Amino acid sequence: MSLSKDQVQHIATLARLTIAEEEMDDVVGKLSRIVDFVDQLQAAPTENVVPMAHPLNTCQRLRADAVTEGNERDRIQANASAVHDGLYLVPKVLD
Amino acid sequence: MNAAWEVVIGLEIHAQLATSSKIFSGASTAYGADPNTQACLVDLGYPGVLPVLNAEVVRMACKFGLAVDATIAPRSVFARKNYFYPDLPKGYQISQYELPIVVGGELVIAGDDGEEKCIRITRAHLEEDAGKSIHEGLDQYSGIDLNRAGTPLLEIVSEPDLSSAKEAVAYMRKIHSIVRYLEICDGNMQEGSFRCDANVSIRPRGQTELGTRAELKNLNSFRFVEKAINYEIERQIDVIEDGGCVRQETRLYDSDRNETRPMRSKEEANDYRYFPDPDLLPVEIDEAFIAAVRETLPELPGAKQERFVADYGIKRDDAIILTASRPLADYFEATASASAASAQTVAHWVIGDLSAALNRDGLDIADSALSAAQLAGLLDRIDDNTISGKIAKEVFDAMWSGEGSADDVIEARGLRQITDSSAIDSIVDAVIAANPGQVAEYRAGKDKLIGFFVGQVMKETAGKANPGQVNEALKRKLAEG
Repeated sequence: MSLSKDQVQHIATLARLTIAEEEMDDVVGKLSRIVDFVDQLQAAPTENVVPMAHPLNTCQRLRADAVTEGNERDRIQANASAVHDGLYLVPKVLD
Repeated sequence: MNAAWEVVIGLEIHAQLATSSKIFSGASTAYGADPNTQACLVDLGYPGVLPVLNAEVVRMACKFGLAVDATIAPRSVFARKNYFYPDLPKGYQISQYELPIVVGGELVIAGDDGEEKCIRITRAHLEEDAGKSIHEGLDQYSGIDLNRAGTPLLEIVSEPDLSSAKEAVAYMRKIHSIVRYLEICDGNMQEGSFRCDANVSIRPRGQTELGTRAELKNLNSFRFVEKAINYEIERQIDVIEDGGCVRQETRLYDSDRNETRPMRSKEEANDYRYFPDPDLLPVEIDEAFIAAVRETLPELPGAKQERFVADYGIKRDDAIILTASRPLADYFEATASASAASAQTVAHWVIGDLSAALNRDGLDIADSALSAAQLAGLLDRIDDNTISGKIAKEVFDAMWSGEGSADDVIEARGLRQITDSSAIDSIVDAVIAANPGQVAEYRAGKDKLIGFFVGQVMKETAGKANPGQVNEALKRKLAEG
């Protein structure tokens, strides 16, 4: 196994995922296989290869600095579970 | 400061770029709108939307890079910085990580020893701002306003080259001045357009290895930057001298209590798992684009300061104050070129009475009640002896309250200076005749009484007599006795 149970638990916590204890061995095994596969790529010689940031071999198109979006708050907030005075409401956050 | 400890500070400055629309969407960036009326589907991270980069943001970042002698990266890449927080709807912030748009650069500030000190800039990268959380008055809820989400930021990261709170403030002021000269950021700290985090550590003097640093957040004024860093330095010295260890952590500055305290975030919150954002392609910038941006660079504060000292012959300290903002420097130049008075006199009035009046009324130089031409008109009347410097203050106040030009005020209030020497002589005679006691004392050697006599003459003439002539006439006549 290239990944430890602790590492998988750490990643799950960061991703806000709960993994049941009985699923853990299975998830560790599957994720390890993916990591092992990526490790094969690490072995390829890449000294003279420009790092690829995107599979499309082109560059970012830019848009002009113009305001094109209006106020859609009512329509968008129809999807929210709770709003008050135009604010989205979420469980109290500290810090 | 403390002789045993050396202070090491690096700053991360966030400058909000002064665009009309957001970095990746066409929503407005205007400040102060009703909550969530300027947050579109892209800003909210709805499924199926794609961010498209604002061209103006790229141009502004380049402008900054060129102004600090940095390298503009021919190819830069946006990355996702992953963390969960309610004011970050996508669950990641689009930022730049391994390949930022601006690399290197440097800035000269006045160091603590009075010498010029070069501060290295590590990088400046583009990113989007998050929304705002509102915690008050909503019971068990927090309210989220996403108008600010997606506002373009340029994060300017310095090397840990700063050695005191004072140097940190000097550096921050310099960056503040540059971004406003370049017109890429409005620099408004109350509205959060220009803010800063400080990484602060200490080490025994002479040690090369860096100490453990604390990151101070929430520094939204120059004064707070200085106070927070000084508090943090003392705190770290106390911790270490008491045998403890400084913890690497993020601390919030509380300006009400003037202290820093740790944020309650978990350790692993700092594991952002950056990776290139597949929604955005690499940004490519060619030499022609850079050359075109370079053409648009204005004269920067440092160069302007040198020119003011060399061409106008004004004091360096005055040149530093006048060049801190471009509109103020322009106002000075417009006044100096329109007036026959010396440039130093102009500097004196712009920094003194004019700035005081602006401060008192909470006005920017752009909204000054006196135009440069009007101030020049006033200074000309001092220069040609129509009024004294003292009367000029009265004229200035009258002009400020809208009583017209300097000539209008001088005429209407009858403030023209008395320079007719026979008129002055006769007033001097009258003052000498009316104060025989003081005259005797003066003649017995009490030279300081000259001030009393000048005061009496000025009282008689409502301050309008030419002070030089009054002095001369008094000395001459008192000596005659």
